Amino acid sequence: MITLKDIINGAIKQDVRLDEHQYPAGVTAFIVPRDLFVETARVMKTSHARLVAEWATDETPLGRGFGIFACYAKGPEYLIVKTDVPVEDPVFPTLTKKFVPSYRFERQIQSLMGIKPVGHPDGRPWIKHEDWPEDAWPLRKTFDPSIYMPRVKGEYKFIRAEGEGVYEIPVGPVHAGIIEPGHFRFQAVGEDILNLEEKLGYVHKGIEKRFENLSWAEGAKLAGRVSGDTTVAHSLAYCMALESMAGYNPPERSLWLRALMLERERIANHLGDIGAICNDTAFAFLLYQLSRLKEILLRTNYKLFGHRLMMDTVVPGGVSVDITTEGIEEILSELNWLSNEFERLAIIYDENPSLEDRVRDTGILTPDKAKELGVVGFVARASGQPLDCRIQYPFPPYDRIVPRMTVLQSGDVHARAWVRVEEIRDSIELIRKILDTLPSDRIKTGLDVPAADRKGFAVVEGWRGEIVYWTQSGPNGEINRCMVRDPSSVNWLALEQAIHGNIVPDFPLCNKSFNQSYSGHDL
Amino acid sequence: MLRILHQIFRTGSVTEPLSPETEAVIEIVGDRLEKEIGRRFHRSLAIRLVDAGSCNGCELEIHALNNPIYNCERFGIHFTASPRFADMLLVTGPVSRNMEIALRRTYNAIPPPKLVVAAGDCGYNGGIFGVSYASLGGIDKVIPVDAYIHGCPPMPADLLNGILRVINQNSAARHK
Repeated sequence: MITLKDIINGAIKQDVRLDEHQYPAGVTAFIVPRDLFVETARVMKTSHARLVAEWATDETPLGRGFGIFACYAKGPEYLIVKTDVPVEDPVFPTLTKKFVPSYRFERQIQSLMGIKPVGHPDGRPWIKHEDWPEDAWPLRKTFDPSIYMPRVKGEYKFIRAEGEGVYEIPVGPVHAGIIEPGHFRFQAVGEDILNLEEKLGYVHKGIEKRFENLSWAEGAKLAGRVSGDTTVAHSLAYCMALESMAGYNPPERSLWLRALMLERERIANHLGDIGAICNDTAFAFLLYQLSRLKEILLRTNYKLFGHRLMMDTVVPGGVSVDITTEGIEEILSELNWLSNEFERLAIIYDENPSLEDRVRDTGILTPDKAKELGVVGFVARASGQPLDCRIQYPFPPYDRIVPRMTVLQSGDVHARAWVRVEEIRDSIELIRKILDTLPSDRIKTGLDVPAADRKGFAVVEGWRGEIVYWTQSGPNGEINRCMVRDPSSVNWLALEQAIHGNIVPDFPLCNKSFNQSYSGHDL
Repeated sequence: MLRILHQIFRTGSVTEPLSPETEAVIEIVGDRLEKEIGRRFHRSLAIRLVDAGSCNGCELEIHALNNPIYNCERFGIHFTASPRFADMLLVTGPVSRNMEIALRRTYNAIPPPKLVVAAGDCGYNGGIFGVSYASLGGIDKVIPVDAYIHGCPPMPADLLNGILRVINQNSAARHK
């Protein structure tokens, strides 16, 4: 089985250096010269790897310049390619001709680090808005984050359509319901959507910069609030990246408890989302029934773990709260009840013709598009892509308690809802097995500050999909960089593609079926 | 259809009496409430929610207010899509720089008399996001706030109690 590592070694040979400071051991990191950055991407593309993330780092505190990183993945293997960029010449060659996800990653690099992707067709800022000063590059070490930036005049041009009967509908940032803000610009004729363009960044809070001012312990709290509905998965990925750098293996019991919480988070969000999707077809009955099930789950979380959403329960070195035998019994009987209730509702979803009429063949993301856009998570699985980090890149207990992957081909709203129905069923089973094999042990170990100039990496399958954290320690072991790649960063673009051929009133339904994170995307 | 009806009958009503709030979570500030504006919305309150940069945790708990267990509509509280119809602006998040203008415009679009309630620790002082180039550090930096409901995120019972307190619904009236 040829690995991506072998392929790069074979194709680039002498110009490639191995980065010894990247942890964990299974993740290879290469350093290549700038003029070979695109060649490595080409080689990855022909090997059918996908582009997971592309980001920039200011390594000046470590005595280097800037760094541009690209992370590729294929099957169980993750590989990072870095190229050094001198501060006096902040440019790098664009990967947009090879990988679609790099469109937004590179716009983000340019906006937040001021490093220009040469050859990138879209020079508009991303996340950064047009009223920021041109030379405000928050992720550079020379940028003082405590200074208020003045507002400047600027214009953000959207794609426009011309013709008889064409009109433009701007939606947001404030949306109609209880939901995060973002802007959508439609070009429509009658009800038919000609084009949808997203403009995000409204909830950008400077999270990646904020990490650099926190201790590793405080960083775990921030990671848990990148996307509040995915608090367990995000803080887990952060802690795993940190633990990989510091060479720590948390006690087994804590790994099982982490998986328990991760699966509970998955079930709670899926229950709410399936209900919300039905509500957007005016079938409010299922919204109310499912939100009741979700409420019971959250109350059990509060009772057993001290927080309804389980924030701050995953900590560096393990977990902060244990479970008793009574707690286990309570979860198991709750699951039996939940499963019984849920199955009744799943049948009602499945045999409702007017619901089916709305959700089938709406918002189709074809498998080809899904692959090209590099989508992940349930969006990918609903469009024929068999991706699930719990299976392909497992951490214990997932190496023994293997989840069942549901992959559908239709890529419509129904597929994205049905994948979640199956995942709820599977997560219930997983939790039963996790509790059945729960090891006795401590729940936490102490964690030292990592050594200087180390890099960590972790991947967790959150309920939306693959979450990636890449961490770097500075000259005193402090946080030099914490790169967060929420699955939404690749999945948002898929909504623009899936909406083609649909009508404006179906947009809320399509958007709900994707339910990507604004906060996780904007950071 | 029969299955749906059967499920409705077997579920019954799951709305619970509202439990009291967690201690010291609700903080009333400002003098607008002393002018008894709250009493005007005593039995009918339209809330416009604006997410001014939150992590979405507060939104989840606010969503829960509309579930059949908390059932905020039994108190005459409902959420509205347009600020023109709103009496109260419920705001979450530290106010990200990119949402400052939209928040102000939404506030201005609500016809007086109006109230503002900030939900969550971020709305109070920026929470873990603090004050930075992208986080203004609290909703009162942009618009006047009448009450804070603390928590990260505040639980639905606290949110509901906080809103009811602001509109002067006393506990006797609640349990009808």
